Amino acid sequence: MKPAAFIYHDPKTSKEVIELLSKYEDAKILAGGQSLMPMLNMRFVVPDHVIDINGVKELDSVFDNGSSLEIGAMTRQSNLSKSQDVKTKTPIFLEALGNVGHFQTRNRGTIGGSLCHLDPAAEIPCLMAAYDAVMIAEGPNGLREIPFSEWPLTYMIPSLEPDELLIKVRVPYWNSHHGYSFVEFARRHGDFAIIAVAVLIEMDGKTISRASISVGGADIRPIRLFEAEEVLKGENLDVRVFKSAAEIARKVDAMSDAYVTSSYRQRLAATLVERALVQAAERVSRGEN
Amino acid sequence: MGVRYIGAEVQRMEDPKLITGHGRYVDDIVFDGMLHAAFLRSSQAHAKIHSIDASKASALSGVKRVFTLADLGPNYERRMNQLYPAPVIEQNKTQYPLAKDEVCYVGEAIAVVVADSRAIAEDALALIVVDYETLPAVIDVRTALEDGAQLAHSDATSNLMGKMRSKFGDIKDAFSKADHVFSAGFMQHRGGCHSMETRGVIARDDPWGDGLTLWTSAQSPYLIRRALANWLGEPEERIRVIAPDVGGGFGPKAGFYPEEIVIPLVARIMECPVKWIEDRQEHFISTTTQRDQYWDLEVACASDGKILGLKGKVTHENGAYIPYGILLPNSSLTPLPGAYSIPAIDVGLDIVFTNTVPNSPVRGAGRPCGIYAVERMVQVVSRRLGIDPAIVRRRNFVRPEQMPYETGAKLRGGDPVIYDSGDYEALLDKALELSDYNSFKARQTEARKEGRYLGIGISSCIEDTGMGPYEGTTVRVEASGKIVVKTGAASQGQGHHTMISMIVAENLGVTPEDIIFESADTGKFPHGIGAIGSRIAANVAPSAFDAASKVREKALKLAAEILETAEADLDIEAGIVRVNGAPDVSISLGELAIKLTPPSSTRVPKGFDPILEATSFEGSSGSPIASGTNVAEVEVDIGTGEVKVLRYSVAHDCGVMINPTIVHGQIVGGVVHGIGNALFERMIYDDQGQPLTMNYGEYLLPLASEMPRIDVAHIETPSPLNSLGVKGAGEGGTIPAAAAIIAAIENALEEFSVEIDYYPVDPQYLTGLLEASVAS
Amino acid sequence: MPDYRNINVVVNGVKHELDVETRTSLGDFLRQEIKLTGTHLGCEHGVCGACTVLLDGEAVRSCLMLAVQANGHEITTVEGLAEEDGSLHPLQEAFWKHHGLQCGFCTPGMLTSLAAYLGDNPEPNERDLREAISGNICRCTGYQSIVDAALDAAKKMRGE
Repeated sequence: MKPAAFIYHDPKTSKEVIELLSKYEDAKILAGGQSLMPMLNMRFVVPDHVIDINGVKELDSVFDNGSSLEIGAMTRQSNLSKSQDVKTKTPIFLEALGNVGHFQTRNRGTIGGSLCHLDPAAEIPCLMAAYDAVMIAEGPNGLREIPFSEWPLTYMIPSLEPDELLIKVRVPYWNSHHGYSFVEFARRHGDFAIIAVAVLIEMDGKTISRASISVGGADIRPIRLFEAEEVLKGENLDVRVFKSAAEIARKVDAMSDAYVTSSYRQRLAATLVERALVQAAERVSRGEN
Repeated sequence: MGVRYIGAEVQRMEDPKLITGHGRYVDDIVFDGMLHAAFLRSSQAHAKIHSIDASKASALSGVKRVFTLADLGPNYERRMNQLYPAPVIEQNKTQYPLAKDEVCYVGEAIAVVVADSRAIAEDALALIVVDYETLPAVIDVRTALEDGAQLAHSDATSNLMGKMRSKFGDIKDAFSKADHVFSAGFMQHRGGCHSMETRGVIARDDPWGDGLTLWTSAQSPYLIRRALANWLGEPEERIRVIAPDVGGGFGPKAGFYPEEIVIPLVARIMECPVKWIEDRQEHFISTTTQRDQYWDLEVACASDGKILGLKGKVTHENGAYIPYGILLPNSSLTPLPGAYSIPAIDVGLDIVFTNTVPNSPVRGAGRPCGIYAVERMVQVVSRRLGIDPAIVRRRNFVRPEQMPYETGAKLRGGDPVIYDSGDYEALLDKALELSDYNSFKARQTEARKEGRYLGIGISSCIEDTGMGPYEGTTVRVEASGKIVVKTGAASQGQGHHTMISMIVAENLGVTPEDIIFESADTGKFPHGIGAIGSRIAANVAPSAFDAASKVREKALKLAAEILETAEADLDIEAGIVRVNGAPDVSISLGELAIKLTPPSSTRVPKGFDPILEATSFEGSSGSPIASGTNVAEVEVDIGTGEVKVLRYSVAHDCGVMINPTIVHGQIVGGVVHGIGNALFERMIYDDQGQPLTMNYGEYLLPLASEMPRIDVAHIETPSPLNSLGVKGAGEGGTIPAAAAIIAAIENALEEFSVEIDYYPVDPQYLTGLLEASVAS
Repeated sequence: MPDYRNINVVVNGVKHELDVETRTSLGDFLRQEIKLTGTHLGCEHGVCGACTVLLDGEAVRSCLMLAVQANGHEITTVEGLAEEDGSLHPLQEAFWKHHGLQCGFCTPGMLTSLAAYLGDNPEPNERDLREAISGNICRCTGYQSIVDAALDAAKKMRGE
């Protein structure tokens, strides 16, 4: 399990990265390496060129622009968990990041790496779906913004041109009293989830004014349950309403593979959506956030 | 008498090097000019090989040579020998060291590249072109014996490797007298080895010096020496096999593998040392595993739960070849009455070839399967009759006063299975106490009010440990006063160095720190068997004890002459022989060693052999039977099907414990392996024989986060079969675990009347059962 | 055509400058070039944790990093945990005392991982520790003695 030989590049700026991407046809970006390195070791991926972007310091930043959190693509998952802005403004990230692999892999794994690898069950893409985050890519012609809904083209393929690099993501804040919950079911702690659910809710007095429910692991990409979100709007924090939302989740399009059937994924989606809504409701009622 | 070590919690002597990064595992060994090997393995489950074109690979810079079977030499186009011939084997299929013209599982070695580095060797693998003609594969063992089934080997007459049967008592009578007959069918899947260190071999041939030396990550270096010598047709004297530090074995490292032929031959041809280290992907497809067993049983019982008879049939998946005889299927049947007195048993077992990785035992071998089967049937009786499972067990246990108890079953060699000692009901009581069994109902009711489903399950077991014939020890006092202790016993983490040193130290009157320990090197000790079947303590402890006793006797006799006193007045402490009551009169063991091994022109004392040394092969006069009861408490999340093990209690009896800390570690580690079998570990193939479970994200080894704290209590019933009263402890945690967990799950889901018919139990299977139950 | 780079790394306090093939993992580099074989490769796909080392004090998988990426960084391996005078790290002492290892193959990764973890989390409970080592697979011990050792070491490191 040793990688095939490649030519190694270590650019220092995003511009240099893009030049290299434009120049070489068979090149792979090496970010945190927690997904690419296993694939290199197993020779599932045999690129001629590896472009290591760990030296591109401009990509490693977490910035509060007042209305959104801007997260540089090379921000390590562990560093994001330590961010004070994340703690106060997007606390669901902390809950989700604790399930991303293990602390040793989070020390290297990056936000951008996970978003470009785009495993359908991964936690970070599921969060981005919940937030309608904006992916910002840089190419030879400058910056391009891609809403997360358009980011996954298909199974594990992001909407990036061969000469584009994901620079950062913009995560718009919900109001400071929003309720949230991230729950997932994995066989073991740190495994990819079979199903992961991210829920955000905002209240107007006693009624839900805004809701977001995203489900990872069911389909080939994380999906939003818009129909269920509509069901919640204008309703009180009522378990019966949560159950109706869960029944919509039960009908979600779901994959089957050698390990998990689509009907089990649907069952989990229903169970976890209900549990996430209950927890988000408890938090918003307690004014925890 | 000197310091007592036996029974003390001595810190392990192995540990200082291992905790500082100074262990020496195979891959840590480097020789000048050493080359690195990588194997090309079959990508097909079953295929004819028409040709192998290695020309491009051979031409790659850094590649020294590519070998196919023919390149190993004209004398070597032979299949490997059967390690354990047995009349049961009707079709003896062993593999070629490198495939000749047919491959029968994904992972079968076809060619080997030798290169300057492992990376270059892997580069070359990608350039070898094999012309395969795909043949139909047999994967599902349930249909493999049907008429017209595809054949796992193109020249076989059927997929049946052989049939076995365990039969005793009057089974007809048992079933005709029974108040009730219940039946149950279930599949048991046990996974692979997954020692954290993979396999690995280094070979060096020195025809003018040491001959052929192998460093291999193995449990049985002596077996490898013998098998290699036999196959090569060369004397054992010219082959040395060393197992250095070994990073776990668990059964699959106890065999003899194709790589242990190929790497030595390649090293000989290349005239330089060659190293092959299995990578984790190879481990999944080339290291032997256990696989599926399908059991269909009927139990005859009286209305009070007394079991009268057990009959049925087992289909055992063997994989493609027979590297390990019939040890695994055999050890699935021999434990069959379990901890119970069952007067009649008749269970047949078919051993079936499939196009998957060959079989070998994994921790516990077949015993976890046999015990699971018995415990399942006890659970069935208990549930169907509505009698507490603890009570059913009490009504059926073999009782202490029945010992020695002949079950009626036969061991592989034909000897009767005899339970030598133990108190199974006392173990049950202890485990129930540890688990607060009596208050469980209250806990369960309370939890149910919160919508939580708790369950409790019991499993009792026996384990035949310490199979013979021997594992010897030599004890020698050096002139320096250091004690050299040598044994054939190979360790993969069990702490043999510590255990044996404690015995020698106590008996000889030295400190464990004075002992220089040598093991698992055929060049240092002449004979050995290997670390399998929880056999080391029951074999090597008596030989170490005996060898140390003989050295002690010799030392005391000589010291008595020199010090002009009676032997009875002497004692040895910290390596010094002293006269009782006259502490100034003394002589050290080192000085005595010099007296016995004097320089030239002096004499060896009259009546003595030279050298203060003794060797013993004393072992156990039969298989000491360890026993235990486990109680598992679980919570089932009916929304997801997740099973959490909340609490786990073990009462175990391995006779006299030499080092309770080590025993505790063996039990806890064994239980976790058993929980892995019950809930997590599954190796999946598709119907074409392609392995799908190829990494540790997919093959679920138990992690710390999901494992419970395990409470362990011991009862020490000394075995009458050896001088120290010891029994084996290496597998007693694993054997009963799956049955306890699965009984607990059924108990948690009592109101859904769920009956579990396979393991590993995954959450989706459980929710499926729940949905079926709700629907009906 | 092999691609080589010259790198500077400090391993256990010792400076090394040498050429490495760029495809070489940090784990292979430490074992083969620096000759520190205490770091073990158990799976080479980032799950088993046996190869964990400290990169500038943070625990990382050395099978999931290229050696060339360690250029300019400091690495600590299991060989670097004990003091220069040979006195053991509290975790090493505790592993020995609590029988926290059997075959010893996963042990280097357990020790390095826990050394980093306890540095950031001086007062863990059993649950925390079980989660902390969930990225390190041990096939022998059943983890219990490792957890016990870590609890004990944490206590010592807090000066209790």
